[in-house]
Amino acid sequence: MRNRQLSHPPVSPGVFEPRIVAFFCNWCTYLAADLAGTSRMKYAPNVRVIRLMCSGRVDPQFVLDAFAQGADGVLIGGCHPGDCHYQEGNYKTLRRYHLLKRVLREMGIEEERFRLEWISAAEGDRVRTVINDMVEKVRALGPLQLNGMTEHVPEEVVV
Amino acid sequence: MPEARPPTNGSNSGSVRIGVYVCHCGTNIAGTVDVKAVSDYAAGLPGVVVSRDYKYMCSDPGQALIQQDIRELGLNRIVVASCSPLLHEPTFRRALDRAGLNPFLLQMVNIREHVSWVHLDKQAATAKTNDMVRAAVRRVSLHKPLQKRRVPINPNVLVVGGGIAGIHAALTLADAGKHVYLVEREPTIGGHMAKFDKTFPTLDCAACILTPKMTAVGSNPNITLWTYSDAAKVEGYVGNYHVTVRRKPRYIIEDLCLGCQECITACVYKEGKTRDEFNLGLSKRKPVYLPFPQAVPQKVVIDPETCIEFKSGKCKKTCIEACGDRQAIDFKQKETLEDIEVGTIILATGFKTFDAARNAYYGYGRYPNVYTSLEVERLINAAGPTGGELVLRDGNRPKAVGIIHCVGSRDANTNRWCSKVCCMYSLKLAHLIKERTGAEVFNFYIDMRTPGKGYEEFYDRLLDEGVHFVRGRVAEVTDWAAHPSEKGKLIIRAEDTLAAFVRRIPVDMVVLSVGLEPQADAQAVRRMFNISCSNEGWFLERHPKLAPVSTFTEGVYIAGACQGPKDIPDTVAQAGAAAAEAVALIDAQFVELEPYTAFISEEECSGCKSCIPLCPYQAISFVEDKKKATINEVLCKGCGTCVAGCPSGSIQQNFFEDDEIFEEIEGVLAYA
Repeated sequence: MRNRQLSHPPVSPGVFEPRIVAFFCNWCTYLAADLAGTSRMKYAPNVRVIRLMCSGRVDPQFVLDAFAQGADGVLIGGCHPGDCHYQEGNYKTLRRYHLLKRVLREMGIEEERFRLEWISAAEGDRVRTVINDMVEKVRALGPLQLNGMTEHVPEEVVV
Repeated sequence: MPEARPPTNGSNSGSVRIGVYVCHCGTNIAGTVDVKAVSDYAAGLPGVVVSRDYKYMCSDPGQALIQQDIRELGLNRIVVASCSPLLHEPTFRRALDRAGLNPFLLQMVNIREHVSWVHLDKQAATAKTNDMVRAAVRRVSLHKPLQKRRVPINPNVLVVGGGIAGIHAALTLADAGKHVYLVEREPTIGGHMAKFDKTFPTLDCAACILTPKMTAVGSNPNITLWTYSDAAKVEGYVGNYHVTVRRKPRYIIEDLCLGCQECITACVYKEGKTRDEFNLGLSKRKPVYLPFPQAVPQKVVIDPETCIEFKSGKCKKTCIEACGDRQAIDFKQKETLEDIEVGTIILATGFKTFDAARNAYYGYGRYPNVYTSLEVERLINAAGPTGGELVLRDGNRPKAVGIIHCVGSRDANTNRWCSKVCCMYSLKLAHLIKERTGAEVFNFYIDMRTPGKGYEEFYDRLLDEGVHFVRGRVAEVTDWAAHPSEKGKLIIRAEDTLAAFVRRIPVDMVVLSVGLEPQADAQAVRRMFNISCSNEGWFLERHPKLAPVSTFTEGVYIAGACQGPKDIPDTVAQAGAAAAEAVALIDAQFVELEPYTAFISEEECSGCKSCIPLCPYQAISFVEDKKKATINEVLCKGCGTCVAGCPSGSIQQNFFEDDEIFEEIEGVLAYA
C-alpha cells in the first residue's frame, strides 16, 4: 500500500538516543499523558505520541512502517481491559499485538522494542514510568538493526 | 489499493497553503521550548506559507492573527502548536470556522502537556517539538473538510442517585420543564443528608431543609421517581441513551399503598428484630418497615430475608388483614425491568463512609462505646433511635467525649486524601454533644481545615465554648487503665504536638470522624456509563476547573460526592451546574457529533466480512446483493477498530485516514 523512500538515520558520533513512536488512545492513555504534563512529571524526551481515538485503530502496518522508517521502539497505550471507551477495541489491540509480536520476532526485532500498555486517564505517573523504562531498555539494545532487510524490499515490507 | 494521492513534498504541494502557529503560553511553553527556533524551522517545511510564534495563541488577538492570515494569505491548512487538543482544539476549530475555513483543516500539536511540562532539557524539547510540528504539517496537508453530524436530542433526563445532589438536579430540571427519571437504589430518597441532625455551620436542621425538597420530588409531575431501583444497562450515545432500569420488588404495590403503616403495627413480630439500616444498626426494625418517618415515597417495604411468609410460607399474614381493602401487599411481586429513552444522564451516586473497623487501633467494633460520626448523627437526631438523647449503649450519658479526626483520611495506610467535611462536622458534633449533655469534649486533629463561608467563624465559636482541642494523631484507644481513675473508661493516647508530650485522656465515648470513600460499586457504575475514575475511585470530571461536572462521555454529567468529597453547599452547587449543562444541551435541540466515523470504499471491499464482528455497535452490515459491507454512520462511534482490521484497506476513518497517520508516523521520524 505504501511505497516510499525510507529515511536513513544519520550516523552521529554522539550518544545513542532511541526514537520511539507511541500510539495513544484519546480517552485513557493520551489523557494520562496530559495528566503527567499538568502534574509536571518529568520523563525522557524520546517518545513521539500519535493520537488515535482508540488503540483498536492501530493498524499493524503503522507499527511496521514506524520500524521501517527508523523508529527504535513502538509503544501502544490503551484503556485497561473492560474500560475501553468503545467497549472492546483494546481487546482487538491485544489480539493484534500478540500476532504482530511473533512477526517482529521472526524479523529479528527484539521484544523490548514493541510494547503494549494499559494506562488509564488517572495514571499519569504510569506514563512516566513506562516511557522511562522503555527508553532505558531500548537504549540498552542500541539502534534497531534491520540488517538491510528493508533496503531492497520496501515494497515487500510495506505493501 | 487506494487511489494515489498527491505527494506533499515541495513542488507538487499544489493548492495546500499551510500556516503554522507556535504558542509561547506565557512561559509555560517558551520556558522549555525555543519557540522562535521552532517557528523558523516550520517556515522551511514544504507547503508552509507562514509560520509565527505568539505569546498566547488562544487569546482573542492570537485567534485574530490566524484569521487574518487565512483571509490575507489564502491559507487553507492550519497547524497550531500549543496545549493539548483536548483543551483548545474546539477553540481553534471555531476560529477557523469564523474565518470561513472548514474547522477540520486544523491539526494541533501538543507541545505543552507532552513537551514543555514534562522535559527539562531545552535542546531535546525543541528537537521533539520540531519533529511533532513536522509531522503535523505533513498530516494536515491531507486533511479534508468534514462536517459534524447533527442528531436530535431526547429531552428526558436520567438522574442516578436520590441524595441531595440527585434531588436538587432533578428538581432544577423539572422546573425547567424537562422530564426526569430519578432512580435510587434504597427504598427512599434522601441519601446521607437525611441521616444528619444539623448541618454546619449554620446549624439548621437537616430534615427541615431536606424533607420539603424530598416531598417536592415525590409530587412533581415532571419527575418519575423509582426507588429501590438501579440502572441495569445503558446503550446509545449523547442525546439518545437507552437505559434499562431494574426495579426490585418491595412486595408492596406502590400505587395502592397509602403509607398508613398499619401493616407494620399488625406484623406478627411485636418488636423489631432486624438491624435497622437507616439507623446503622442502632435500633431494630420489623420485616415490614418504612426506612424513616419522612421517607419519600411514603411506601413500606417488606424484607424477604426476615419475613416469615417468605421463609416458611406459614405466617398468619396479619399485615394483609390490616391492609384490608387497599390490597397493597403482594408477596408474589417480581423484579421488573423498565426501558427508558433519555438524552442526558446525571450521576449523583454519592459516597460511602470509611469502615472504621479497618483501623484496629481505635477499637471500633471491639469497645461498645466507640462510635462512628454517622452513628452519632443518628443518636443526636430527634427522629433517631434514642429520640435525640445522646446516651451510651448502657443508657448513661457520657461525661467526657473524644472526637478523633481523620479516621480513614490523610493516612498512608488507608486513604491519602482529605475528606474535606470531617473537620467541620466534628466541630458541629462537638457543639451538639456539649449542648445536649454538658460533657467535656476533646477534639484530636492533625490540622484544622475550615475554609468556607462562616466555617472559620464556627471554629472560633467552638474555641469560645470551651471545647478542648489536641493537635496530634491519636495512637490508640484502649480500655487498659493505668490509674484507678481510668477504670471503666476508654483512654485516648495521643501525642499533643503543640505541648510536646504524650497525653492519656480518659473518656466515656469515642467518636471516630470517618472519611469519605467512593461507593463500593463505583467501578461497575462508571463502566456501565462509560466514564473514567481517578486512581482513588472518584468519578473523573472532564476538566478539574473548566468542566467540573462534565465527563469524557458526552451527555453524562456528575454531581456531588461521587466526584470527590464535598459538603452540602458544594454538592448542591454541582447538582445545579449539572442540571444547567443538561438543559443547555437539551435546549439546543440537537447535538453535534464528531465526524470521525468510518466509511467503506465499495470498489475496494472484497466482501470478506472480517469487519462485521469487530464492531461492538453493530454499525456494519453486509449488503447481500452487492456482496459488500456497509457502515451505518449513525451507529458508528468512530473508534477505527474495523479500519485497522480490514484486510483490503477498503475502510477509512474520517480525520484518521491511513495516509494521514502514515504521514504523521513518517513525519515524526523523518530527519530534518
